[in-house]
Amino acid sequence: MALTTATAIDQVAVRTRRPNALARLFDNKLFLIFVCLTPAVGLLAVFLSYPLGLGIWLAFTDTTIGRRGVWIGLENFEYLLSDPLWWNAVFYSVLYTGVATIGKFALGFWLALLLNQHLPFKSMLRAIVLLPWIVPTVLSAIAFWWIYDPQFSIISYLLVDVLGWRETNIDFLGNPWSARFSLIAANIWRGIPFVAISLLAGLQTISPSLYEAAMLDGATPWQRFRHITLPMMMPILAIVMTFSIIFTFSDFQLVYAITRGGPVNSTHLLATLAFQRGIASGELAEGAAIAVSMIPFLVFATLFSYFGLGRRKWQQGSDNE
Amino acid sequence: MASVDIRSVTKRFGSVQVLHGVDVDIDDGEFVVLVGPSGCGKSTLLRMIAGLENITSGEIRIGPRVVNNVAPKERDIAMVFQNYALYPHMTVYDNMAFSLMLAGAPKDRIQQEVNRAAGILGLGQFLGRYPRQLSGGQRQRVAMGRAIVRNPQVFLFDEPLSNLDAKLRVQMRAEIKDLHQRLKVTTVYVTHDQIEAMTMADKIVAMSDGNVEQIGSPLDLYDHPTNLFVASFIGSPAMNLLKGEISGDQFRTEGGAMLPLPKSMGSGPAVYGIRPEYIHLSPDKGIEARVHLVEPMGSETQVSVRVGETPLVCTFRERVNAKPGEAIRIMPDRALAHVFDAEKGNRISIN
Ligand SMILES: Nc1ncnc2c1ncn2[C@@H]1O[C@H](COP(=O)(O)OP(=O)(O)O)[C@@H](O)[C@H]1O
Ligand SMILES: [Mg+2]
Repeated sequence: MALTTATAIDQVAVRTRRPNALARLFDNKLFLIFVCLTPAVGLLAVFLSYPLGLGIWLAFTDTTIGRRGVWIGLENFEYLLSDPLWWNAVFYSVLYTGVATIGKFALGFWLALLLNQHLPFKSMLRAIVLLPWIVPTVLSAIAFWWIYDPQFSIISYLLVDVLGWRETNIDFLGNPWSARFSLIAANIWRGIPFVAISLLAGLQTISPSLYEAAMLDGATPWQRFRHITLPMMMPILAIVMTFSIIFTFSDFQLVYAITRGGPVNSTHLLATLAFQRGIASGELAEGAAIAVSMIPFLVFATLFSYFGLGRRKWQQGSDNE
Repeated sequence: MASVDIRSVTKRFGSVQVLHGVDVDIDDGEFVVLVGPSGCGKSTLLRMIAGLENITSGEIRIGPRVVNNVAPKERDIAMVFQNYALYPHMTVYDNMAFSLMLAGAPKDRIQQEVNRAAGILGLGQFLGRYPRQLSGGQRQRVAMGRAIVRNPQVFLFDEPLSNLDAKLRVQMRAEIKDLHQRLKVTTVYVTHDQIEAMTMADKIVAMSDGNVEQIGSPLDLYDHPTNLFVASFIGSPAMNLLKGEISGDQFRTEGGAMLPLPKSMGSGPAVYGIRPEYIHLSPDKGIEARVHLVEPMGSETQVSVRVGETPLVCTFRERVNAKPGEAIRIMPDRALAHVFDAEKGNRISIN
């Protein structure tokens, strides 16, 4: 017993006295950081920066499909500024993002508040709310395509045949303005679950005793919402809104699947226009320039949410009692 | 200010009955402590007074008015929550001003009231801070400030000190008591800590399992506990409670020790109760006891002994130099011993 203890101590002593070089290397913080980061940085460089860099580079050339381009500076962007279709797409992208975001947040917040109450079948309702988000976009796009069909639209059917409020079917996608708003409605429908579930998670972090304290302080339900819920939700609203704006502004699938930018290019978003020009028409450089022109809008939206709505002064300091 | 009358109040959550008919009278200006082990229904009762839980049956009056169906904000009460429930996004000032602001009070009156409360609690220099920038004790004070600002008829406290460290707890205990003496507002205070109850209360309501076990002044409960629950719950170190048999003016414990009774009581099974400080050293005619553990406290010495197989805890004013395993002679003060019914646990009246 005494012998084994002595040996063990000896071994410990040896190990602490002469750690081998490899072990020492792995104890080095800088080395570890380097080793751990290399794969991630490598992957990012190859799969993220390269396509992004290539896209940006393309935007400054006159590449088309089948022809290697040469550097032409800002010529593509100058052309875009004089292109009414690009201005159209900018206008519709902003409108689409603005109206859809307001719609998604109004309805999503309302839904989150409802789901936060004690309802029967609560977990089932929450699962149902998630459905529009789980369904593949293309599938829901096809569904909307049918809903908006000039002849077989269920909405027209309800309005004309069931309720008798209208004489004729509505041609949802046939003229520019109704097509624009039909797409916005579809985007809102698709975006609500993300907003509702994210905000519900935020609502559940608000301690019920705050509401009880406010109730004793004499707050009506509206005042509790206005003075407790809303300010407490601001940080998470900011984050969810940033994501939602980015996703909506760069939306492609829904529009491309339902209208392909039509009628007469009235529903092109910057993303669909970029695709149309770059891939469908083969003007790679111009498509790239349109895509690059989205970047300032996205950066602005992100900065706005980050600085305007982000971390508040009251969140600073410690949580411990 | 107002009295609070609680009449045969019961509470059910679904099929679970949490309160089984509670009656408490709280006088105007009184400081009443609801005390009992965790889960016995104290908070539920307090929340029913506040109007945060509805009343399954029975009646609660605040002043002359039955409040069973009165909304919380109409009850004119203020509550301090265990986690303080400060609004994290509001400054200390706004936290305290919130109720007045909602009531639409003019700005200068709000300012005056908040400053008065801040003055009482020494919060003047913190008015611009957010709750997260305060220490536990300061948050606790803001929570009280929020209550004071409203000049309520009744203060309700739900374990307000349980999140504080021991030293601060003692300090805040004194502050709350002092506050009550200055403002003289009827106060209902919930705690599971019998020392808080003893030191703060005008009147203690001892509860267990949704029943009121005893109501009385702290010393009343200490000296005359009505049953085994109160006897064991109130007092630290706890009263020695020993099962055994009465035989004449002696009590024979299950462990075989013979302890003196106040008077001759016939015979039969019972529980013998004696507080540690009522057992004295008695070198001449005491009972022999083997020392098990000695815990000197300075002002007194706590000694655990065995009489035969019966364990007893004693606290002596004298310093005891005995070592574990040695024998000392002790004698319970027979006049201060209690006897409890072996089955129901009620105290058997001796005088
Ligand atoms: N909202 C509720 N729903 C169901 N049971 C509850 C609810 N609130 C409290 N209880 C139960 O009521 C009992 C008393 O709770 P409470 O009044 O909080 O005890 P205490 O404050 O004395 O520790 C506990 O058993 C608790 O589980
Ligand atoms: Mg409690």
